[in-house]
Amino acid sequence: MKLVKTLVAASIAAVLAASVSTAMAKDLTIGFSQIGAESEWRTANTNDVKAAAQRHNINLKFSDAQQKQENQIKAIRTFIAQKVDLIGFVPIVATGWDNILREAKRAKIPVLIMDRDLSVSDDSLYVAKIGTDSYTEGKKVFNWLDNYVEKNNLKPRDGGDKLNIVILEGTVGSSAATGRAHGFDDALKASEHKDRYNILASQTGDFTRQKGQEVMESFIKSYRDKIDILFAHNDDMALGAIQSIEAAGLKPAKDIVIVSVDGVKGIFQAMIDGKANATVECNPLQGELFFETAKKILKGEKVPKSVFVEEGVFTSDKAAEVFPTRKY
Amino acid sequence: MDMLKKLSHSSLALPLAALALLLLFNALFVDDFFKIEVMENGNLYGRPIDILYRASSLIILALGMTFVIATGGVDISVGAVCAISAASCCVMLGGDISGIPEHPFVLAILCGIGAGVLAGIWNGTLVAKFKIQAMVATLILLTAGRGIAQLLTDGQIITVYYKPFSYIGGNIPGIPLPTALLIALCMVSLVIWLDRKTSLGLMIQSVGINQTASKYAGINVTLVLFCVYIFSGFCAGTAGLIEGSFIRAADANNCGLNMEMDAILAVTLGGTLMIGGKYYIGGTIIGAITIQTLTTTMYAVGVSSDRLPAVKAVVILLIIVIQSEKFKQMYRNYRLKQGSSAAKEAEHA
Repeated sequence: MKLVKTLVAASIAAVLAASVSTAMAKDLTIGFSQIGAESEWRTANTNDVKAAAQRHNINLKFSDAQQKQENQIKAIRTFIAQKVDLIGFVPIVATGWDNILREAKRAKIPVLIMDRDLSVSDDSLYVAKIGTDSYTEGKKVFNWLDNYVEKNNLKPRDGGDKLNIVILEGTVGSSAATGRAHGFDDALKASEHKDRYNILASQTGDFTRQKGQEVMESFIKSYRDKIDILFAHNDDMALGAIQSIEAAGLKPAKDIVIVSVDGVKGIFQAMIDGKANATVECNPLQGELFFETAKKILKGEKVPKSVFVEEGVFTSDKAAEVFPTRKY
Repeated sequence: MDMLKKLSHSSLALPLAALALLLLFNALFVDDFFKIEVMENGNLYGRPIDILYRASSLIILALGMTFVIATGGVDISVGAVCAISAASCCVMLGGDISGIPEHPFVLAILCGIGAGVLAGIWNGTLVAKFKIQAMVATLILLTAGRGIAQLLTDGQIITVYYKPFSYIGGNIPGIPLPTALLIALCMVSLVIWLDRKTSLGLMIQSVGINQTASKYAGINVTLVLFCVYIFSGFCAGTAGLIEGSFIRAADANNCGLNMEMDAILAVTLGGTLMIGGKYYIGGTIIGAITIQTLTTTMYAVGVSSDRLPAVKAVVILLIIVIQSEKFKQMYRNYRLKQGSSAAKEAEHA
């Protein structure tokens, strides 16, 4: 019995010593709470954070919240108890963070938000936000579109004087949908070619393929030969819509110009097949920027409140070239 | 003649009237609603075709649900089972871009339907053998089902590039009617045949009305219940294949989402009562078509899809209230009163 106890104690000690020595070898300890793994995009995001932590020689305490805010709050509380150097997290919802962030502030641990927005009563509760900029994504969509129309001298199919746009919106109220819609609208209004376009219809497709397909089906039934351009708030809805367009005997990317946001593998395949025109990237590879910013904060340097990752625009003529390098 | 008699049956009259009303609304307010075109490749195209082929997976689900509800139970797991079925079929085919399937197509289809049947066996065992309340027993797969589908697909949306897979939700080249509609027709014929030519229908009704009495009458109640849930699983498996094929992908989060509710609605709209007993296959089919017509109408008039459930709820509330015994009685009393006051007036005059 005694022998067993000694053995257990010894092994615990050994494990502890090992963990301490690895912790010693790393520069910084950062706690990170991820939402979960709801999509390919999120998985890419998680993997990138882990890989970047290794590159930066950071002792990363990673916690998966499995889609629950309470799990995230618990994780953050644990990070505070463990006295990590910095806490990062992807807020699953926008509200309800005041208390836990105040606890972190009292413990003098800086907090860095990634990817999603949050609203707190006091902005100083977090240092900065790393993420994608859905407003700019919407703007980029319009700018690409306007360029494309100019270059290819696109004419309305119904012979009228305006190009008709239909829009598949994302989930109502989500920050991505609102941002992309505003960005697109503002760019359209500010454009010198604003009289060239007419928004024919705009309905939500809930960011899913099925809804995108059904709503597009209905658009085509109502307007058919009037539709010149489709702007989908994400790639999945565009992929669903492409099938409706084909089922109606129209040619996607030729009869109807298709542009969407995200840059998932499926849309690249569609572009290679000549069924979509362009996608504006929504970049999940935010790990590098996250740890760079974290290091700056810990060194006492000032960082802007919002730090955005770089996001490209990919067009069908480059799709085949870029495809093999895509990580998500 | 027999069919006509059944159609004029009071419990079918209401759902038919509801459907007619919806179609009338469409005829008045939506341009070209009833226009059906023949496309270059010979396929039929138009909103009525859309309604029928989008309704087909719901019809299939609702057929299975009708039997389950007739036994006094309910199967709320069918939407999640759809997701499992679509996931297993797509995983078998694989997401290879070249369009070459990893396993033969037939095997993948069997896998999808098999997953549905397995789910049915699970539900059936819990309900028939262990006598767990149907709502609770099927709740397990409702919550776990999407998780299982996620596990199968590794949390990703698997897009299938293998062409024949898209035929299930689209058209087989050369056949003008959508395949999903043909599958639904086959299932309906199968069910009507079972209903008419075997004593299964009678047994199901009897179990739904009184289990103990049925047992004494020599009906194997456990077996009937078991079969009913397996059939519902089979229907869900088939519907899952169609739903997956619509988008040519397995979307574990959204495939068949909330379809169990639509299926239950279709059954109740059709006049089958939730307490079990008598059921109406024809009513169920019309109920399912009504629900899809409502959805298509909302899209056509531009109500956005997130507000759709609210409109749906109002319409369904109306239909269900009109169908309720209490309302019918109130209506009868009202008629009687009117009749008597009219009679009195006649007397006075």
